[in-house]
Amino acid sequence: MMGVQGEVAAGFEPVLAPLIIGLPLAGAVVLLIFGKRIGRLSGVLACGTIGLAAVAGLLNFIALLGAPEESRSTTQHLFDFISVGRFQTGVDLLLDPLSLVMVMVVTGVGTLIHVYSIGYMHGDPRYPRFFAYLNLFASFMLLLVLADNLLLLYVGWEGVGLCSYLLIGFWFDRPSAAAAAKKAFLVNRIGDFAFLIGMFVLFGAIGSLTIGQINEAAGALSAGVATTAALLLFAGATGKSAQIPLYVWLPDAMEGPTPVSALIHAATMVTAGVYMVARFSPVFEASGGTALTVVGVIGAATALWAALMACTEYDIKRVLAYSTISQLGYMFLALGVGAYSIAVFHLVTHAFFKGLLFLGAGAVMHALDGNTDMRHMGGLRRPMPIVGYTFMAGWLAITGVIPFAGFWSKDAILAAAWVEGNYVLWGVGVFTTLLTAFYMSRLYLRVFEGPLRTPEGTHAHDAPLTMAIALVPLGVLSVAGGVINLPGLLTLEHFLEPVVGESLAPEGALAFILSGIALVVAVAGIMLARSIYMASGAEARRARFVRPMAPLVNGARHKFYVDEIYGRLIVLPGKRFALFCADVLDRRGIDGIVNGTATLIGRTSQGLRHIQTGYVRNYAATFLLGVVAVFSFLILRVVAG
Amino acid sequence: MNDLPFLDLTLFLPLVGALVMVLIPKRWEALLRLAALVVTTATFVASLGVLASFESGTPGFQQVTELSWIPEWGIGYITGVDGVSLWMIMLTTFLMPLCILTSWTIKTQVKPYFILLLTLETGMLGVFSSLDMFLFYVFWEAVLVPMYFLIGMWGHGRRVYAAMKFFLFTLAGSLFMLLSILYLYFASQGSAAAPTFDYRSLVGTPLALEVQILLFLGFFASFAVKVPLVPLHTWLPDAHTEAPTAGSVMLAAVLLKMGAYGLIRFGIAFFPDAARLLAPAIIALAIVGILYGALIAIVQHDVKRLVAYSSVAHLGFVVLGLFVGTIQGMSGGILQMLNHGLSTGALFLLVGALYDRRHTREISEFGGLARSVPVLAGIFLIVVLSSLGLPGLNGFAGEFLVLLATYQSYGWWVIPATFGIVLAAIYLLWAYQRVFHGAVSIEANRNLEDFRMREYVMFVPLVALIVAIGVYPKPFLERIEPSAKQIVRQLNDASVIPETRGLAEAP
Repeated sequence: MMGVQGEVAAGFEPVLAPLIIGLPLAGAVVLLIFGKRIGRLSGVLACGTIGLAAVAGLLNFIALLGAPEESRSTTQHLFDFISVGRFQTGVDLLLDPLSLVMVMVVTGVGTLIHVYSIGYMHGDPRYPRFFAYLNLFASFMLLLVLADNLLLLYVGWEGVGLCSYLLIGFWFDRPSAAAAAKKAFLVNRIGDFAFLIGMFVLFGAIGSLTIGQINEAAGALSAGVATTAALLLFAGATGKSAQIPLYVWLPDAMEGPTPVSALIHAATMVTAGVYMVARFSPVFEASGGTALTVVGVIGAATALWAALMACTEYDIKRVLAYSTISQLGYMFLALGVGAYSIAVFHLVTHAFFKGLLFLGAGAVMHALDGNTDMRHMGGLRRPMPIVGYTFMAGWLAITGVIPFAGFWSKDAILAAAWVEGNYVLWGVGVFTTLLTAFYMSRLYLRVFEGPLRTPEGTHAHDAPLTMAIALVPLGVLSVAGGVINLPGLLTLEHFLEPVVGESLAPEGALAFILSGIALVVAVAGIMLARSIYMASGAEARRARFVRPMAPLVNGARHKFYVDEIYGRLIVLPGKRFALFCADVLDRRGIDGIVNGTATLIGRTSQGLRHIQTGYVRNYAATFLLGVVAVFSFLILRVVAG
Repeated sequence: MNDLPFLDLTLFLPLVGALVMVLIPKRWEALLRLAALVVTTATFVASLGVLASFESGTPGFQQVTELSWIPEWGIGYITGVDGVSLWMIMLTTFLMPLCILTSWTIKTQVKPYFILLLTLETGMLGVFSSLDMFLFYVFWEAVLVPMYFLIGMWGHGRRVYAAMKFFLFTLAGSLFMLLSILYLYFASQGSAAAPTFDYRSLVGTPLALEVQILLFLGFFASFAVKVPLVPLHTWLPDAHTEAPTAGSVMLAAVLLKMGAYGLIRFGIAFFPDAARLLAPAIIALAIVGILYGALIAIVQHDVKRLVAYSSVAHLGFVVLGLFVGTIQGMSGGILQMLNHGLSTGALFLLVGALYDRRHTREISEFGGLARSVPVLAGIFLIVVLSSLGLPGLNGFAGEFLVLLATYQSYGWWVIPATFGIVLAAIYLLWAYQRVFHGAVSIEANRNLEDFRMREYVMFVPLVALIVAIGVYPKPFLERIEPSAKQIVRQLNDASVIPETRGLAEAP
């Protein structure tokens, strides 16, 4: 399971790799400056740049596949970055199996969501600006995954955070959107604060920030240093990837337009933390268990915690947001048990089905004039079949029903936990599967099945062409995306092995038993949701079902008061302290002494008191005269010889 | 080394311009403005000559002009430039035309106003290019006067109080510096030569540690007020807030840097042992400043005051970098001097642009402006992001190097310092949200004019530089590095060098 990254052999020849980042970046710059003049064509332009970036990514992917396994990693130096003395960094790209898988996901799903946005954002007065931000996001995300050193990765990391801020707050007139944007940025900043220090620790210990050199030297680090560095980096990941304790920004981030939620807050940006941990797996390994245990426990706890809140939420997007947090938790669980390639596998399938689910939810909102309350929905599969059936594919995928994409990846995570001997994590994972199946079925059934609940529903229009173009491929991938890791075919795990090492998997009967348990639990969740939301007498059964758990349900409905607790414990005291510094310490304290001294001097020199303000002015004038006189004298001297 | 004395040309063009403007009748306000713009632009062009003939890769002074002045007193006219002063000179000449442009809205006493600004420019440039202590002191004090009048006469509400405070604080500091300079002067007498004010001869003067400490503190008093270091900072919020826009820009972008520059040029170079001995205390003050300034900025309700306090925090990063004793710290600190000048200068210009439109600086008077002035809002955001150290923009490169160096030399001290970047995001983004986001709640904010051509001219180059330094800091750093390295060596060589300062010896 040791990472073997860094042993770069001859490498392969990259194909126009800078364009992968450069094209969307150019698109963003052009749209930011000339967007108004480009107008309606902005969407097409943005789709073109990300689409071509996808092609460039694919060309490199093919080039990589054509290379022998030992030379499937190459770096490309573009130009020097921050460098002083022994600290040298460059804008260098690293192309290897892991980075190119990420590139394919980001550009592939990214292109689909760009296309979808043409329909979704149609008619928005700031349409060009939206695509500028979307392109900008894509370029930073691609920089993040292609960066050859930690500093450059951090540039991408903060860059996507910025775009997230801009896009969550895209409709900034709404105070809630503006507040959510700021919250996202600030919570992430707290994570980044740790990330930065982690970077310092690594550079201090290793003397380089290059990914290859860090991973190569990681094995020689003392357990203490490795643990410190790993946990600091992971703290950064809890911000970006919305894990306990920094997950609180993601549900609020749903204020952003839905394509943003799909692209940034489901498929790509929030998985950056998972990517980062997988990327630096040797550092986590070098900690001798501590760091990975923390990662796994936080992941499992987050998976469960967020799933609980998803069960009681009525806002369709927020359910999906909690679900994303929960699924990211699964990925960290996988990382925690050393199954890095499986974490990446789940990252990929999750990008398919969660991207799809968000886009489907967006299509529903689009049809219902922006309504997001599930209680007003129902029976929408009939008026909008494309959305309905693709959403169904996404639902079955996330629930973990065989043979949908999510089944394979989630199953592999749980199996890896079991094989590693982490039965507690496995148990939490399985229980969360039950919750996942329940809340997703609750969502699907409430929205798409049963009777139509509102008049708008009857004439809800199906997804327009641009939206359907995105929904259908993602639907297909949600159904069949699992094939990328089917044994015997070209498996993702095998492909990633040179970078992140091997993941453990059960063999023989155990594999079937574990899969069987996961499957049964998932089906049980679906049945439970059906029985209390759909079948006859559901209302009464629901009441009976909920009653014994009333405190839990009530807590979940209030998000377990976490925002309030943070407010009381951190924000409020912080603000009070700042006010204390400003009013008491600074104004009355330090400045009070200053003014007091001045007054004292004024009093003692009674004669000057009444001309106090004029005093300085006179003094200054005298001084000026003196300066002029001295200068004239000196200049004359020079002139004279 | 170079054909034309670009440095001296740069130095005296503004003063000559000011003298010429004395001859223009004060009623010809348009001509006066234009003249000021032409002179400052010409000065900038001349300074490009300094930049072009600057040789990166060498640590010593370049483009030195040496004229005999008052030989019997050991006073000479000596100017020169190195990696420490180069960007300060460029920053000054770059920002001055922008300050003239932003002063287009000044309607009272136009003539003295622009003459004072030009005089100020020569004063500031003189501080950065003097290699004679006497000359330096003259310029140092000469800066004080025009700034005092700019605040006192064209400032806002409590301008007289603010101007006086500024004046007294800085003057009090300078007196100690003057004593120290005189001591150095007489100490240089001794063996063979007559006493001299020549910086280059004074640098190597061997001094007992106790004397070093005393003299260092003399200089430090002056520079720490200027920088400012907490608790000597309380003149700053008043002066910055009450000054007219151009004054605030110059105060923040250049005058504060005079303090930081002095710390490097004189504090560390003259008294390396004292500097090393006192470094932990100064670093503690710097870190306190980072946190304290940021915390107070959070709760300000006047935008300008907020920006002013943010300077206290940002200059904390600068001083931190200068004293951690590694080449990364020193280079990062010097780069951060430039960065802060650009970012905070831009912030004050933008606050000025808001003030011109709404005649208020109260955050609560704004709200939803991104709707009415989208371009201004967009530029404001870029500058805010640069100020909070977003990677890819200028502020990050300097802050990162400073913090990296802090970890290298002082280990976990880096934690409170780094926390400053979280606080910076809080005060800046919160203020941004309240000014630009949300719905327009006050009618006066609904129909405001967005950027005019004059403002585009001001901000396009600024933003371009902010991005350029952030993406490709190399041309800036490589001109700083040799000089930074030399000073770090002075700081570390003098006696016992702690082993942790490993980076200083980098190739």
